[in-house]
Amino acid sequence: MSAVTVPSAASYLEDGFSLWSWLSSVDHKRIAVLYAISITLFFFIGGAAATLIRLELVTPTGDVVSAETYNKLFTMHGVIMVWFFLIPSIPSTMGNFLVPLMIGARDLAFPRLNLASWYLYIAGGVFTVGALLMGGVDTGWTFYTPFSTMFSNTHVFAAVAGVFVVGFSTILTGINFIVTIHTMRAPGMTWFRLPLFIWCMYATSVIFVLATPVLAMTLFLMSIERFFGVGVFDPALGGDPLLFQHLFWFYSHPAVYVMILPAMGVVSEIITCFARKNVFGYRAMAYAVLAIAIIGFLVWGHHMFVSGQSIYAGTVFSILTFLVAIPSAIKVFNWTATLYKGSISFHAPMLYVLGFIALFTIGGMTGLFLASLAIDVHVHDTYFVIAHFHYIMVGGAVMAFLGGMHFWWPKMTGRMYSDAWARFAAILVFFGFNLTFFPQFVLGYLGMPRRYHEYPPEFQMLNVLSSAGASILAVGYLLPLCYLLWSLRYGKPAGPNPWRATGLEWKTTSPPSTGNFATVPVVTEGPYAYSRQERPDER
Amino acid sequence: MWSFPLFPEKASALASSVDIVFFVWLALAGLVASTVAFLIVFFAVKYRSGSSANRETADEQAQNRINRRIEIAWMTIPLVLFMAMFAWSAEIYYDYATPPANAMVVYVVGKQWMWKLEHAGGRREIDELHVPAGRPVKLVMTSQDVIHDFFMPVFRIKQDVLPGRYTTLWFEATKPGDYQLFCSQYCGTDHSRMVGRVVVMEPAAFERWLASGNSTGSMAAQGAAHFREYGCSGCHGASASVHAPKLEGLFGRPVQLADGSTVIADDRYIHDSVLLPRKEITAGYAPIMPSFQGQITEDALLEIIEYVKSLKTAQPGEVR
Repeated sequence: MSAVTVPSAASYLEDGFSLWSWLSSVDHKRIAVLYAISITLFFFIGGAAATLIRLELVTPTGDVVSAETYNKLFTMHGVIMVWFFLIPSIPSTMGNFLVPLMIGARDLAFPRLNLASWYLYIAGGVFTVGALLMGGVDTGWTFYTPFSTMFSNTHVFAAVAGVFVVGFSTILTGINFIVTIHTMRAPGMTWFRLPLFIWCMYATSVIFVLATPVLAMTLFLMSIERFFGVGVFDPALGGDPLLFQHLFWFYSHPAVYVMILPAMGVVSEIITCFARKNVFGYRAMAYAVLAIAIIGFLVWGHHMFVSGQSIYAGTVFSILTFLVAIPSAIKVFNWTATLYKGSISFHAPMLYVLGFIALFTIGGMTGLFLASLAIDVHVHDTYFVIAHFHYIMVGGAVMAFLGGMHFWWPKMTGRMYSDAWARFAAILVFFGFNLTFFPQFVLGYLGMPRRYHEYPPEFQMLNVLSSAGASILAVGYLLPLCYLLWSLRYGKPAGPNPWRATGLEWKTTSPPSTGNFATVPVVTEGPYAYSRQERPDER
Repeated sequence: MWSFPLFPEKASALASSVDIVFFVWLALAGLVASTVAFLIVFFAVKYRSGSSANRETADEQAQNRINRRIEIAWMTIPLVLFMAMFAWSAEIYYDYATPPANAMVVYVVGKQWMWKLEHAGGRREIDELHVPAGRPVKLVMTSQDVIHDFFMPVFRIKQDVLPGRYTTLWFEATKPGDYQLFCSQYCGTDHSRMVGRVVVMEPAAFERWLASGNSTGSMAAQGAAHFREYGCSGCHGASASVHAPKLEGLFGRPVQLADGSTVIADDRYIHDSVLLPRKEITAGYAPIMPSFQGQITEDALLEIIEYVKSLKTAQPGEVR
């Protein structure tokens, strides 16, 4: 099935040096690098928009940018961060790089399809950045109708087209992962010997394949309403604006799990490695991942408690939202228990992961506040919600993304970075993040609505704190860019397994050769056999 | 700038209930988060690499048995807690969603970027809502254009305001004062300026306020004027020769439709019959009514509905 049948000894980085050798490569590792470069670019575009937002909110009056510009900024921040950074972040970079390596395969099942999905991602990005350059979009990333279809005069179509196209990129990636995990596991790699990262990639892929088409249909219906006046969502044409919200969140809520499940996978790999222990409750962890993916499809209506949907629908969505929190709670408890009687060291990836657990716990707990109908009625569409989902998506997904990048960087590049700088950056990100987003919980309960260009003066101090935190956070995000790039040239060679980790990806060279393994490994034990590895040299 | 609030004022019984749920959650979340944080720090120190802590474990079978019990415990304890919190806050939500029958009604129309309000007696206001303390107030809300949201933090309530449908929101203010009113559903350029104030007054002061000002007759009287002005009376009036459904006594009654189904003639039904007359055709009548979409504003339509409500003298059976 694989395009590469004869493994070459050279590392994948040295297998051709021309730009074309990268742009036409079907090697999953090279495509992962293409993704890593492109999502980093989008992350900093989205980050620039966030910077301007926080700058504007330092004062209660609208003085840095106009209201129109402000609305376009938060729309671009949302659209780029959600679809061009968070959703593809871990699956498309680490997933692409690691799925074949972790299961002992030579590539993904459909290498050319994999390259096609990167090109779709770039095509989507061109549309969306095009919308930005043409003058922006002011609908918010949620594209609520009838504002987006009948009232906004901005480049909604270009942005929507970009999201539509990038959706196909994730669908193709999902199909590729599912087929690969089903058919290309090395001999002895049974389902319950799979690293938890693979379970998470599998669950994520299922969501990609089942949810993304609904987004595509929704955006398509939106476009035909906008261009041909076919009444679907606009009540003046006999449509229903709540239908849009149902369809949109049917995709966009599972999309939240697309962001957090891969992060959970990364955390499980790193915490076992630096605690030198098998993960606590492996099977519970694997089932929890599946439970989150399945129940995650049934909670979309919790975005609509005050939208005018029936209160009985609200009740059902509330109870289901509490249920989806149980497997997430299990994961937090099991990670904590994994530390018990471990032999813990605190390299940069571990610091990011411990930060993840703290921030994800706060994000998850505040999600329960929001699942409670009575509280949601008050804090819905306020900064409380903003703070909550940034704790999950930035405190959770981005922390895990950075942790994963630091963990597998030596494998991807063959080089070590400065651990001291990396630990410093991890701590900086943790403090900057909390200073940025914790005040927003307070603002939200006070009643400051989201997407406000101007706000009452009594909210200023908390906004100033938040903006101050954001500037620390910005430094925390720029630092890794510097020292990781520095390590490419000056970093010490990493060797095949600098962390003494157990996964199959560490049993090959760093960076791996084009065909991954000289001989296909045979698996005889579970993924986290650290105790067996430890015992001989410990006593 | 240096003295700033950390917690919002409250001015209704519901707001107090919401705050209690919030504080209970804060306590629970604080307990869980600090326990997890404590354990992580404790394990991180005790079991740091190279420490002499005892890492011996019981034999595998015994350990597995213990682990399974631990796992079941931390699945079921949160589940029970969550269900209790769910039920408690759902009960408050039902209270929020069920306006009392005796509530005083105020009509609200949201449009980019202002709130237009009208009291039943015809008193109008813009971006302000005057209400008496100690009396339930029900807002009947719709939008002229996009989705807005009527948010009053002091009562801990909000409700989206949609075009093409009526949503309601109710509260009973307990404390006179000036409070914030926000639009909290993003609605375009000046979303952040679609703000105003809620003025809660002593009942007597409210009555004086209501009697003063700009009223040009009750809403129903203004609706009657619109009824003639838009030509509705030409077909639906008492002396009309066109075969059109009569409106006397219609409001609140079931209406038999041409497709065999039945609907209650409520606010929504009358609203849609004016703007989307082909949607629900009364049985026995030809679909000849023109649409008034784009010709009539939502506030005028609310007045027409008030007028229809006021037409109580019907000969039974005539309308069906």
